[in-house]
Amino acid sequence: MKVPSLRANAIAATLILSAGFALVFFYAPLDADQGFIQKIFYLHVPLAMSSLAGFVAGGICAIAHLRTGDPRWDARSYVAIHLSIIFGVGVLITGSIWAHASWGKWWVWDEPTLVSFLIVFLLYATYYPLRYAIEDRDRQARYASVFAITAGAFVPLNFVAVRMAQSLVHPRVFATANGGLPGSMLLTFLVCLAGMALLWLALVRFELAAKSASASLSRLRRALEGEPQVPAPGSRVAPGVPSSATSVT
Amino acid sequence: MTAHSEARAQRRASSLVALRAILVKDLRVELRTLQSVPAMALFAVTTFVIFRYGLDRQSLSGGLAAGVLLATVLFAAIIAVNRLFVAEREEGGFDAIRLAPVDGTALLGAKAAALVIYLVVLETIAVPVFALFFLNSWGGVPPLAGVLLLADLGLAATGVLVSSMAANSRARDLLVPLVLLPLLVPVMIAAAGASRELLAAGGPSYDGVAKWLAVLAFYDMTFAAVGFAVYDYLLED
Repeated sequence: MKVPSLRANAIAATLILSAGFALVFFYAPLDADQGFIQKIFYLHVPLAMSSLAGFVAGGICAIAHLRTGDPRWDARSYVAIHLSIIFGVGVLITGSIWAHASWGKWWVWDEPTLVSFLIVFLLYATYYPLRYAIEDRDRQARYASVFAITAGAFVPLNFVAVRMAQSLVHPRVFATANGGLPGSMLLTFLVCLAGMALLWLALVRFELAAKSASASLSRLRRALEGEPQVPAPGSRVAPGVPSSATSVT
Repeated sequence: MTAHSEARAQRRASSLVALRAILVKDLRVELRTLQSVPAMALFAVTTFVIFRYGLDRQSLSGGLAAGVLLATVLFAAIIAVNRLFVAEREEGGFDAIRLAPVDGTALLGAKAAALVIYLVVLETIAVPVFALFFLNSWGGVPPLAGVLLLADLGLAATGVLVSSMAANSRARDLLVPLVLLPLLVPVMIAAAGASRELLAAGGPSYDGVAKWLAVLAFYDMTFAAVGFAVYDYLLED
């Protein structure tokens, strides 16, 4: 199977996401209850879904890393978690804005999905201090993978526990009981979701490409200065990526 | 029995021997040096006093009682988790395990068992003190043991993983609370949910306790399985 280039991926993300936002403002109807502010749903939920899927993808790459010992999988796991954390900041900010508009408070503890997301976010935020506290490169990569797998198993468990702790659950936009989302809203949402997922993927591939480029640059520099080809020990640069890591781009 | 399964059975038996040996070693070290458990107990009792003034309450019940007790146990557990691999790190125990012809999971199992034992000892001291300080009736205390035991198993499963990662890093004392606390949020949710009912003001009630025990058991099994699956990678060098 031929993987589309990073450029094609980025263009597709831009086009679909712009189309999605055009649909949000000019096509999707106003929500009867919440009015205009409900439109943040088309940003908040795709961000959250891409971010959670990214955490899971990071865990899967970590499994592949432990099984094969290939550092490229570690780099993919790292970048997937890195971008999901950045998306996670967006989720918490948009969620907070939505909460303020709907319930008059910037933070509500009885919205289980948002609370679960905060806990997951707090856990993944410890990925960096853990990773960079380990000096040996191979061990750093292995421990980071063990963390990514543990945290991946934690995500669904945590969602279940938080949801069970809720005495009452807020009405949701995805109200499955009374017929779900109207078609026009669902279409808009799906376009936004596809756009956001493509954006996440494009950013991941961009970061991997950038890492591999800077790794080959420093390798070339060292070769030019006639130094032996050894990586600097304890370097704080995120995982060393062999130049073939992003052969897909 | 085929040769293959015989070899596997032998390997398992040697792992169990190693597990027992490490566990007995740990308990003996703890009995001789008294490094972890007395510190945890002292910490727990002092924390109860802190809560007494922080909350300005002389007796507790329901959610408040569950929260004070479990938060104290959780934070006291961090002391033990921090110290769990100190000897292995300082005296080369990790290398010895790598050289020995046994599964790394023997170390995992032994350390988890040691942690559970420390926590049970801590709780047999801290829970009566807590009841003496704050509870009006002792009716909810015996069933609380089941909740605490399941919580201890979960704490041990995640604690051993985090502790062995932190032991081989530069920022070990910092990493354990940082990484462990978010991982323990579901344990806190479920254990507090069950204890709240057991410590209710009007005597223990069993509403929804079974549900929370199921969540705790599920948590324990999930992270025990994750630990067994990944632990060998933490020992490789």
